[in-house]
Amino acid sequence: MELVVATTIGGLTAAGVYLLLRLRAFPVILGLTLLTYAVNVFLFATGRLAVGVPPVLDDAATAYSDPLPQALVLTAIVISFGMTAVLVLIALGSALESGDDRVDVTEDANGEGDA
Amino acid sequence: MVSGSGLLAVMVMLPFIGALVPGLMIRAGRDACAMFTAVPTLLALIFLGILAPEIMAGGTVTAKIEWLPALGLNANFFLDGLGLLFAGMILGMGLLITLYARFYLSGEDPMGQFYTYLLLFQGAMLGISVSDNILLLLVFWELTSLSSFLLIGYWKHLPEGRQGARMALTVTGAGGLAMIAGMLILGNIVGSYDLSVILQHGDEIRASEYYLPALILILLGAFTKSAQFPFHFWLPHAMAAPTPVSAYLHSATMVKAGVFLMARMWPVLAGTDEWFYIVSTVGLITMVIGALIALFKDDLKALLAFSTVSHLGLLTMLLGLGTKLAAVVAVFHIINHLTFKAALFMSAGIVDHETHTRDIKRLGGLASLMPATALIAVVAALSMAGIPPLNGFMSKEMMLEEVAHTDWWGGKWPIIILATVGALFSVAYSFRFIGHTFFGPVRDDYPHHPHDPPTGMLLAPGFLAVLVVAIGLAPSLIAGPIVAAASTAVIGGGELPYYSLKLWHGVNPALFMSIAAVLGGAVLLWLHRPLDKAWIRTPRPEAKAMFDRVVAGTVLGTRWLIEGTHNGAISRYLSIFVVATVLLGFAAFQGGGLPEQTREMLPVPPLVGVGFVLTMLATLATVFAHRNRFRTLILVSVVGLMVSAGFVYLSAPDLAMTQISVDTVTVMLMLLALHFLPKYTPLESPLSMRIRDGVIAVIAGAAVAALAYSFLLTDMSPISDYHLANSYKGGGGTNVVNVILVDFRGYDTYGEIVVLGIAGLTLYALMEALLNGPASRRLRNWTFPPDRSRDRHPLMMVVATRVMMPIAALVGVYIFLRGHNMPGGGFVAGLVISIALLMQYMASGFAWTQERKRFEYHAMIGWGVIIAGLTGAGAWLAGAPFLTSAFGYFTIPPFEEFELATAMLFDLGVFLTVLGAVMLMLYSLSRMARYAGETVNLEPMDYDPSRRVDAAIEADKKDDA
Repeated sequence: MELVVATTIGGLTAAGVYLLLRLRAFPVILGLTLLTYAVNVFLFATGRLAVGVPPVLDDAATAYSDPLPQALVLTAIVISFGMTAVLVLIALGSALESGDDRVDVTEDANGEGDA
Repeated sequence: MVSGSGLLAVMVMLPFIGALVPGLMIRAGRDACAMFTAVPTLLALIFLGILAPEIMAGGTVTAKIEWLPALGLNANFFLDGLGLLFAGMILGMGLLITLYARFYLSGEDPMGQFYTYLLLFQGAMLGISVSDNILLLLVFWELTSLSSFLLIGYWKHLPEGRQGARMALTVTGAGGLAMIAGMLILGNIVGSYDLSVILQHGDEIRASEYYLPALILILLGAFTKSAQFPFHFWLPHAMAAPTPVSAYLHSATMVKAGVFLMARMWPVLAGTDEWFYIVSTVGLITMVIGALIALFKDDLKALLAFSTVSHLGLLTMLLGLGTKLAAVVAVFHIINHLTFKAALFMSAGIVDHETHTRDIKRLGGLASLMPATALIAVVAALSMAGIPPLNGFMSKEMMLEEVAHTDWWGGKWPIIILATVGALFSVAYSFRFIGHTFFGPVRDDYPHHPHDPPTGMLLAPGFLAVLVVAIGLAPSLIAGPIVAAASTAVIGGGELPYYSLKLWHGVNPALFMSIAAVLGGAVLLWLHRPLDKAWIRTPRPEAKAMFDRVVAGTVLGTRWLIEGTHNGAISRYLSIFVVATVLLGFAAFQGGGLPEQTREMLPVPPLVGVGFVLTMLATLATVFAHRNRFRTLILVSVVGLMVSAGFVYLSAPDLAMTQISVDTVTVMLMLLALHFLPKYTPLESPLSMRIRDGVIAVIAGAAVAALAYSFLLTDMSPISDYHLANSYKGGGGTNVVNVILVDFRGYDTYGEIVVLGIAGLTLYALMEALLNGPASRRLRNWTFPPDRSRDRHPLMMVVATRVMMPIAALVGVYIFLRGHNMPGGGFVAGLVISIALLMQYMASGFAWTQERKRFEYHAMIGWGVIIAGLTGAGAWLAGAPFLTSAFGYFTIPPFEEFELATAMLFDLGVFLTVLGAVMLMLYSLSRMARYAGETVNLEPMDYDPSRRVDAAIEADKKDDA
């Protein structure tokens, strides 16, 4: 199981990084989404893996999974949604102003475009 | 002594508090402004006077205020002899300068600003002289650099002023940075940042292997501040400041801060060969070079500036010699130099003020035109030259005497000769200062016809000149006690060496050196004209040009670096960021090996295997098929779904619920965005670039995977046991994740909902700007693709979402209510309800739904944050810290026993903020569509069966036409 989770994290990271390095805003946002998954799972996994022992107190339970990383990741998921939304809007704005959603436009080229 | 420590602390604060006043008082006139500058200074001086007797009797006064004890940073002040001397100089001179500047500055200068800067500087200097904590001292040290920057650049319209201010800030600021490092090392060696503690650990510091680095770093700070060779070049350029500033900062106080620091640290740093050779050599070189250059400067203030450099070198050399007697002489000379040099600066300022020039070659014969000024200047300059019976003579004699008994670089003669030569130049430039300015024939081509200034302007230099004579005639009476007190502090307590402050010490080596210097100086002045021509012809390194080249080079290098790495293309930043992170991680792994694996691997059931394969396939497909954007979106949501499933399997039900609802909302958001983005990503990057990125990505992924694998198989002791144990007892809930969110780490959650709310509002604001910006033109001319569905609001969907709405809302409420004890809570509930609402938007269109909305989403965010905040603040009423939760169990028949917790109220705030933020974001995005000419439907659905069928057909025909 640990190997599976580690591989998943690695695969998501690699895919995320690759898309992050693309030249258009949309793949970059998708890359960020994938990277967010990877980071969240990574953080969650720092509590170590456990099956069938949710951190809900119960007299019959013998063990619990680590609740702290879960709480941290829960807020991280919500916050990353907010950040993604802001990013999407910025991408939209620049795409509407310049006609395409390239992200590798240098400042000089930008200045010329405006003038 | 309680009252003493209180007085001390207030004394340090006074200039800072007072600094607020002059800027305001300038409206009441310049006299009032000057008066209100003098008041805090005078008060502080009186406080100092009250404290003085105790210090003179050998005591110290301390004031301790805890600030950041965890960092060892406390606002501790202590006043001993040395601090008393400097505080007295700073405040006394401050008063004189305030008086002088009142007359010196013209009506056009913003005087309120000047006095505010002056008081800021005075406070910073005062802080340096009485700080007990070296970190605090560093803060004041940097404050002097900053406030002197403001003062040097006071005449903002003069380019020299701005450049000089920049240079001074660069040099002294850089030295200050080095000193911070040195002080931190010192603090680490001793284990305390308190000066009074450090001063007790001299042996330990000198024996430490870090002694030399600490010494060099601290000396860098002191040398730059006190303009020691090779950092002396900033001081003459700082002369672009108004003369009161030069007199205050660049003769009396700030440049002496370096000397003060060396004196302060003398007990712990001095006494080693390294100290002796570094400090005395630098001091001696500075003394000779400064004096030599001063001789050939035509600008009165430049001459005085280099003479100050030279005298600071003298002081540095004396401290560098490392003997107790030399330290006493240094203290005495600090006082003497203050008196004559400040008087000279003020006289130079008066000459400039009256004749409108400071060029010696255009002056001469002023003695008969402005006799009072001339008298003051002559007395002060003779003291500077070391002519009896003035005070400068005494300290110079003592210096020469001390030098005559020193072995330096293997012999007595080199230092004797150099010191004599320095003294000789000093005599020559002092004579030149008065000879070529005040004596000689009266000229008729002064830029402005001079006469003595108003008495007010003469008062300050006159007072100093009287001191020069008085100390010369009765040294032990006037300066004796303070010299003794300060010297005792410099040498770190104990018995003072034998010395006597008097004019006549009998026939000794110093007398011969002195006579040689005076005679030689007179000869030099006599030969000045040919020497000056030779000097002008000799090529010399020009410090300003060198400094400018260094600055230009730095700017060039920085620009190259920035333009190379930070060119506006985000793909470049990201690749640099990723590569740097991987490299850092790699470097970090080199340190130690992997920890031992202590956990057994968990088995992988077949279903999980399927999920894993699905995730990997979807991820791969996302990468390879990312050019078709709609398809990619579906693939990414597959990944998200699998991650949620993974959370379910790995005992994180809360995470799974959150993830799945966030993913739903995210996909809706992306779909809305894709409406106005290109639907396909063109193939732009060449194969080589894709391979390069692929390699970076694979390395990053492999590194993260290896890291995760390594820690997943090792055990650790989490702090979560505490949360598990106290969740029910302390937080009243059995869902530990929720209790952590709303209780244990409630503060974090509070911050996070604020961030989420801000993100929502940001989105709204950005959209507002976008719709009013250049993008709106493009939007208005937007043409939708012809293959759009014409059944945009299908009957089936409308009906289904209406039916689903109350059910979804009920689920949301249920999830919210049970959140404290079962998986769920405010975050998930907010998302579920927003999905239920969004379904209505999708079914019937945004405009239609928007009209039926009762609450503003902005207000919802605001109420959410307010409710959460008030719940937290409510804990104060119970005397508990912010966000402490309370709970109780109640029974109201016919219900079962149920729980009420304040945490639930907090969770309500979370719920409202999440709901408001999510809805505001999607609503903002949807506004674009209407801007682009999307029709607003008045009916909830496109085909309403209650309308007549033929009417619908007719309408359809009309649409087609």
